[in-house]
Formats: sequence, structure tokens, C-alpha cells
Amino acid sequence: MASVSVSALTAVVGDEDLLVDRAVAGIVAAVRAEDPEADVNDLVPDQVSVGTLASVTSPSLFGERRVVVLRSAQDLTKDIVAEVTAYLNDPADDVVLVLTHAGGAKGKALLDSVLKAGATRIDCAKPKKEQERLTFVKGEFERAGRQVTRDAAQALLDSVGSDLREIAAACTQLVADTEGRVDADVVARYYRGKAEATGFTVADRAVEGRLPEALEQLRWALSVGTSPVLINSALAKGVRGLAVVAQPQRGVSDTDLAKRAQVPPWKLKDLRKQARSWSPSGVAHAMRVVAETDALVKGGGRDPEYALERAVLEIASARDRRG
Amino acid sequence: MSVFDELVGQDTVAAQLRSAAGAAHAWLTGGDSAGMTHAWLFTGPPGSGRTEAARAFAAALQCPDGGCGHCDHCHQVFGGTHADVLFVRPSGLSFGIDRARELVLEAASRPTGGRFRVVLFEDADRATEAASNALLKAIEEPSPRTVWLLCTPTAEDMLVTIKSRCREVTLRTPTTRAIAEFVERRDGVSPEVAAEAARASAGQIERARRLATDPETRERRAEVLSIPTRLDSLGACVSAAARLYELAENEAKATTSALDERERNELKAAFGEGSTGKGVAKAVRGAAGALKDLEERQKRRATRIKRDTYDVALLDLATFYRDVLAVQLGAEVELATASRQDDLWRVARAGTPEATLRRLDAIMECRERIAANVHPQIALEAMTSALYMG
Ligand SMILES: [Zn+2]
Repeated sequence: MASVSVSALTAVVGDEDLLVDRAVAGIVAAVRAEDPEADVNDLVPDQVSVGTLASVTSPSLFGERRVVVLRSAQDLTKDIVAEVTAYLNDPADDVVLVLTHAGGAKGKALLDSVLKAGATRIDCAKPKKEQERLTFVKGEFERAGRQVTRDAAQALLDSVGSDLREIAAACTQLVADTEGRVDADVVARYYRGKAEATGFTVADRAVEGRLPEALEQLRWALSVGTSPVLINSALAKGVRGLAVVAQPQRGVSDTDLAKRAQVPPWKLKDLRKQARSWSPSGVAHAMRVVAETDALVKGGGRDPEYALERAVLEIASARDRRG
Repeated sequence: MSVFDELVGQDTVAAQLRSAAGAAHAWLTGGDSAGMTHAWLFTGPPGSGRTEAARAFAAALQCPDGGCGHCDHCHQVFGGTHADVLFVRPSGLSFGIDRARELVLEAASRPTGGRFRVVLFEDADRATEAASNALLKAIEEPSPRTVWLLCTPTAEDMLVTIKSRCREVTLRTPTTRAIAEFVERRDGVSPEVAAEAARASAGQIERARRLATDPETRERRAEVLSIPTRLDSLGACVSAAARLYELAENEAKATTSALDERERNELKAAFGEGSTGKGVAKAVRGAAGALKDLEERQKRRATRIKRDTYDVALLDLATFYRDVLAVQLGAEVELATASRQDDLWRVARAGTPEATLRRLDAIMECRERIAANVHPQIALEAMTSALYMG
């Protein structure tokens, strides 16, 4: 009953984990499409001892197809390599064997014999050229049935870097969070929004006095390339919010307060909670710190990142200031 | 009548320039040139009329009668159309080497019809160091008929080497009375309005004129001066900062957008927009470059106008606290914000002179921050909260 459109033997060659995972998942999915009951054994070298291969490839009782994945074949021990080579001479029916190999010199003999045995080869090397990454991005959008302009793909790479997993995650996010054709403007807006969001997390943690988390968030925000100016403007906004709600004011509606704090009205509740431990002099001090820091991150200082760390520290500790 | 009559409260300077202009004419006719030199540095606080003094001098140099105020030369100098008076007004925050080199070339040519080739450089302190060095060469080895008039707030703003080559003309802050008389005469306002505007102007003539003649300027000032008594909570500090920000941005926008539009249209007209025929494509390409250039310059000017606008508001605010300090110390001085006597007394009684000094510091710090490119809203919030905390 089972057709054999999936190659019985595949070598997935390359060091890009994401692509390797995808290749393997693709084979498994193809087999399952034909035989939903198919049995999958996905094995890393540690899980493979003498006899394992024989056991997972032995005929099954009900004749389901089996997928056996031997990961990192370059790391298999000599005994196992011998078993695999023996298997290649006498492959089992209804077994799809997949070997993944990093592509280096190590374990090259095994890879060669697998290929010689007629394996389908899938290359999964890390893309080294920008053009390859661009093609990858384009492919990611196409998989989701969406279009992306070259400029947009470039802008995305500029924001995310060269790690393929992160690029893929970014593509997925963009596909989920936007509509229609994705152009450079869409990408720029999206990342600006995201960068702002990270700045706001830093600000929230700082005004809540949660210093370690605030510093962590700050490091992270900086590491993903959020501009120091943007982070400081988020700090300014956070402190401004405190100032607006720190002292109860009669005759000022919540709508007006929200407008003053430049937040949506539903955020006032959070602001009030944050402001609880703040004294007016603490808030005033924090406002001063933010102004000083703005000068430093705009070129008045040599180290904007340090200026921000200092600001976060000062704001978090101004929270407990009395008076 | 003489062009020097228009210099408000600057009698010493007027005498100095009058005799220099006399010496210049004597030199032209082969006489004694003592008292004349080819490089002048006009210094004085903002609003004291540095540029006006330099312009009067330029007219006096071109006018056969030493600045009669009504001949063609005088009119052309005051109208900014005299072929031998080059007006330089940096529109951005700085004046670069390229423009300095152009200027040096232009300045070196012979007078076309006038007696001298005069360069009137406003805000010469905005010349970058490279530009200043380019100017220095021209000032060190001037063409015989070229006269440089540089204007800057203080002599320290200029390179020492330039400063040492120039004769200084130091303008003082004109007295309130001198300003009031001038505004009354010049703008035909009542003595009361003129006096109030003069008091409020803190020695700045143009500001006094605007206060005397423009109701909106008066309203803006009144709003700025009402800030100190409105700061009764941090929330109010945020609101006041937001309002100041809005006022300044709107004013700057109103000033720049009218100018920008006009200049863009002039430029397009100059490049013959809408015309057809040979050479048009080339002209259009040139126009695009020139337009980009213009936009750059306009952007720089907008930044400068914005800063100037914040400066005016912050100086008004500082004036208020200086008056508060005077009240607190019982000093018998003229109060620039006397019109807000109740507020003055209220703020004075509520605080100490030390707190007032701290508040003045906060205002000056805010000015410096805005000049250092800090977001104005952030700088203003730090200031208003410092004013509130005392
Ligand atoms: Zn004349």
C-alpha cells in the first residue's frame, strides 16, 4: 500500500541546524503524509549503541513505515559506522533512513559510503553570502504565501543579523504581525516599534525598582541594536508617567492625566501602581537624571551605554528616596 | 540726521564710529587715516544692536556724507541691496569652510561703485574653526579697500588670532529709558506701552519692539511668566513643560514654514520651472541639487530658530526669578516683571534666596541642555520639576 515517493536513504549535509532540522522534519512529514502511523526514531549518537540500528530497522508487526534519523553521523563510533555500512548493503523495506552530517572531514568515509549507496543529498550549509541570506528571507515569506521586497529583506537582515534561526523567527513574526506585501517601510516601522517596546520594558523595570532585571533588559535592548536615544526617551516617558500620577490632583480627569502622561487611559492603573513607592523628590531627581542622560547619549558623553546603565541605576534607587 | 541716531543708548560707540568713518574718507582723499582700520569686531549682549551698529557704520563708509541716512548709498545699505556691502547671516548653527572661501573671494574684489567693499558678518561666532582660519588669512592680508565688520556676542567667541587683528566696538545693554524712547518714536506706541515693553525686554531692542507691537508676543510672554505660580505639583510640571514645548515648536514652525515656502518658490522660479525646450532637463537636474541644498539649509535654520525661541522663553522665566531674588533681598532695582507683582511677592515669600538661585541655575541648565541637543521636552521637565522642588 505504501508508495515510495520518499527516498529510502537521505544524507542531510551541513552545519546550519535550522536547515538540517527543517530537512529532517520535511522527510518525516512526507512519510507521515503517506502513512500517518509511521514510526519515527530520531537518534543522536548517544542514543545509538551496537544493535540499535538493527532493532529500529527490523520489520514491524503491522508493516508501518519507519523513519530512522541518525543525527550527527560524524560523531558515530566505529562499531556503529560498521553497522550502518552493513545496513546499506542490505536495506530494510519500508524504512526511510536519514543521516545528518556536519559536512566536515570528520566521519567523511561514512558520508561517502552513504552517498555511494545512492542517498539523496540535501545541502544545509550556513549561508555565507548576503545574497544567500536574502534568498532565504524571500523563501521564508514565500513559504507563508507572502511577498517581500528586496529592500525589506535587506532591512530585516540589517536589524536581525546573520543567525539563520533568528532571521527565520523574525520572518515568522513579521508574517504574523503584518499584512500584505512587506516592504522596507513596514520592516522599519515594525522594528522601530519593537525597539521602543524593549526600551519601555527597561523603563518599567527601572521605575519599579527592579534593578537587576532593568539592567538585564537594558543589556539586551542594546545588544539587539536599540538606539540609546530611544531607550532614554522610554526612560523619560516612564518617569513622566510617575510625575503625572505621583501626587493625587483634584479636578483633573483620568482622560487628562493619561494625556499628560502620554499613555492610553487603561495604563493609568499600572502607572499608579508603579508610583506608589515614589516620593516627589525622587521623581524630580529621576527627571534630572533623564535630562543629563539625554545629553550624554546624544554625543555629550563618550559611552552612551554606560550613561544608560548609570541612569537605570539612579532611577531605580531614586525610588526609595524619601522627602 | 545721521545713521548713528538710530543706535539706541550707544553714545560712545556712535562717537567712535563717526570719527572712524571720517578718517576713512580722509584716507580716500589722501589724508590721515588714523582712527580707521580694515577689521572691526562688534560685540555686545544679545539685543544690544551689534548688527545695527555695524550696518550704520557700513552706511557711513559708503555715504559721501558719512552716513546721512537719506542718500541712495544709505538707503541701499539699510535695504540690504548695496552692491558693495556683503551681508553674511549664517542661517544654520554653523558657517563652514566652503562658504568662508567663497566669501573671502567675493570680499577681495574691488568696490563696484561704492567707496569700500564691506563685509558685514552677523553671528561671526558661528564660523567653524576651519572657516575662521580661512577668514583669518583674508583679514591678515586685506585688499586695500575691503573692510570686515564681524559681529559676535563677546570677543571670546572668536579665535584669538582674529580677535587680535580687529578693533573692538563694544556695545552695552541700552537703558530701559533709551529703549522706551526709541520704541515710542519708531513704532508710534504710547509711552506706557513703550515703557512696559522696554522693561520687559531685558535690554533687547528688537524684543522690546515686538512686545510693543505684537499682541501674540505679549500673550506668550504672559503665559511663560504665569508658570512659576502654576507649578503646584509634579503633574503641573509635566503640563507646563509640554505647554512650553508646544509654544516654542509652533512659533518656530510659523516662522520657518513661511520662509521655507517662499524660498522654495523663488528657487523653482529661478530654475524656470514649467519651461520647455533645450537644456531644460539639465536645468531640472541642477534644480534638484539646489533644492536639496536649500532644504539642508532650511533644516539648520529651523533648528536655530527653535533654539532661539526656547531662549526667549527661558530668559523671560529667568527674569522673573531674578526679580523674585531682588524682592527677597530687598534690592531697590527696576523689576522687569513688575506687571506681575502679586506673583512675584507670592513666590518670593514662599521661598528663600538660596532656593531662588537654585531655580535660576535650573533655568540656565535647561538652556544649555537644549543647546546640547537634549530633547526640549525632557530638558523642560527637568527644569520645571526643579523649579517646583526649589
Ligand atoms: Zn548717505
